[in-house]
Amino acid sequence: MLLSIGLPLIIEKLVLIVVVVMSSLVIAMYATFAERKVAAIMQDRRGPNRAGPFGLLQPLADGLKLFFKEEIIPNLSSKLLFILGPCLAMLTAMMTGAVIPWGDKVHFFGRDISLQIADVNIGILYVFGVVSLGVYGIMIGSWASNNKFSLMGGLRAASQIISYELAMGIALIALLMTTGTLSLKEIVQQQQEHWYSWNIIKQPLGFLIFLICAFAECNRTPFDLPEAENELIGGYHTEYSSMKLGFFLFAEYINMFLSSSVMVSLFFGGYDIPFVNDASLAESIGTNWVALIHTAVFLFKAACFLFLFMWVRWTIPRFRYDQLMNLGWKILIPLALINMLATGAFILLQQNNWHF
Amino acid sequence: MQALTNRAQQVERKPMSLLERAYLPAIFRGMAITFGHMFKKRPTINYPEVTRPFSPVFRGLHILNRDEEGRENCTACGLCAVACPAEAITMEAAERSAGEEKLYREEKYAAKYEINMLRCIFCGLCEEACPKDAIYLSETFAPANFQRKGFIYGKDDLLIPHPITEPEAHAKAKGGRVSLK
Repeated sequence: MLLSIGLPLIIEKLVLIVVVVMSSLVIAMYATFAERKVAAIMQDRRGPNRAGPFGLLQPLADGLKLFFKEEIIPNLSSKLLFILGPCLAMLTAMMTGAVIPWGDKVHFFGRDISLQIADVNIGILYVFGVVSLGVYGIMIGSWASNNKFSLMGGLRAASQIISYELAMGIALIALLMTTGTLSLKEIVQQQQEHWYSWNIIKQPLGFLIFLICAFAECNRTPFDLPEAENELIGGYHTEYSSMKLGFFLFAEYINMFLSSSVMVSLFFGGYDIPFVNDASLAESIGTNWVALIHTAVFLFKAACFLFLFMWVRWTIPRFRYDQLMNLGWKILIPLALINMLATGAFILLQQNNWHF
Repeated sequence: MQALTNRAQQVERKPMSLLERAYLPAIFRGMAITFGHMFKKRPTINYPEVTRPFSPVFRGLHILNRDEEGRENCTACGLCAVACPAEAITMEAAERSAGEEKLYREEKYAAKYEINMLRCIFCGLCEEACPKDAIYLSETFAPANFQRKGFIYGKDDLLIPHPITEPEAHAKAKGGRVSLK
């Protein structure tokens, strides 16, 4: 039966949701710490090392500081929207995690529990929809601030995300043509067969475009124009303070983590362990252990991407606005289109047994 | 215009080639540089845990010296106060009474001895002026304080720990480089 929703299923999903939300929050928290550490070691500094061993309690200290700061809502702001902005940013950031397959499945209490909150058959479209919603948090927040710099930041964010979403979508279409499915779970399963069946091998150009667009969607350097500190005094979050500011900053890190996860699922085999036959491994050590290794491998790959995000941030300066638009519209979109057409032609030829 | 030095370079303004316009090679080169910096030695010293060695001529906080039996050297002659260009030193002399021979080396001693560390310029002239080897500048420096009066160091701040009862503290305060005559 299709809609047999029992209590165990609800409990199972609720636990999964709590775990995913909590762990992405913790990962985002430590991503802020990692960001500072990576920045430090790339600049021959030491970075935070005073709070706890190796400074590991630093994110807690930062969070505590944000909590205790005075919460200022500007008089002339639109109050409801001002509060809604960061909430929406946080909400949309957290929502992406629902369709990402964190692992294959675990076997507990006589049930096979899939390590994915929702195996939506249009998973990747859902991700796209939610990511596009993400800009609303920024836009609403910046508009409600009633501040010119904030508004500029919001405008930049909106136009940047819209521009880059196009190229991202087209790059993804080429990928979806090769996979033939929109479900993230199936895309991951397809990549498990051989080490060379990872989509990065099939779609290197698509991956590059997707990666660049992911940087732009997360408002990370070199595309951090919406919050350009030295031009816009922080851009869309100029007027924000205390935990509302924290939400904006935090949402960026969650976005980063989740877009890393999406890239891992789409292009790097998701939870696939490279050079290992997962099915035979599951037989020898049990499903649950394999699921654990799968999740660890997935998180490791995502962490590599997080490192890439930080590495790029501390290497490349920010684009100028016209350069940003040129790159988006004149380079990435044509490139994505060519990639799509080439992929289509390739698939057609393949189906036609290489006859014209 | 004639260039003043031979370091001036002509700026190239020819349009970028396709490879250059692709940005990616340059970006990868930049990223290799930042990655390389991750393995470089960091010059920072973890300060409170690790300290930089002082130079052999470093002049730090003053210390009032004792002889090897633990008696105070200072006789409150006032030469250090006279020598002090910043007028940071004040003292009051007192006569040693019977039974205090173990405390003070000579018949006269400093009942009060104060150095204002805000005025002191750590020139070391007091050290040079002292005929009794009673004052010298150590290898530490004055820590921060919340009040001005906290910087006026009295005898209990300045006096070196007793060499017999607290040999370790004494050795530490004495430091490695000062040779006491």
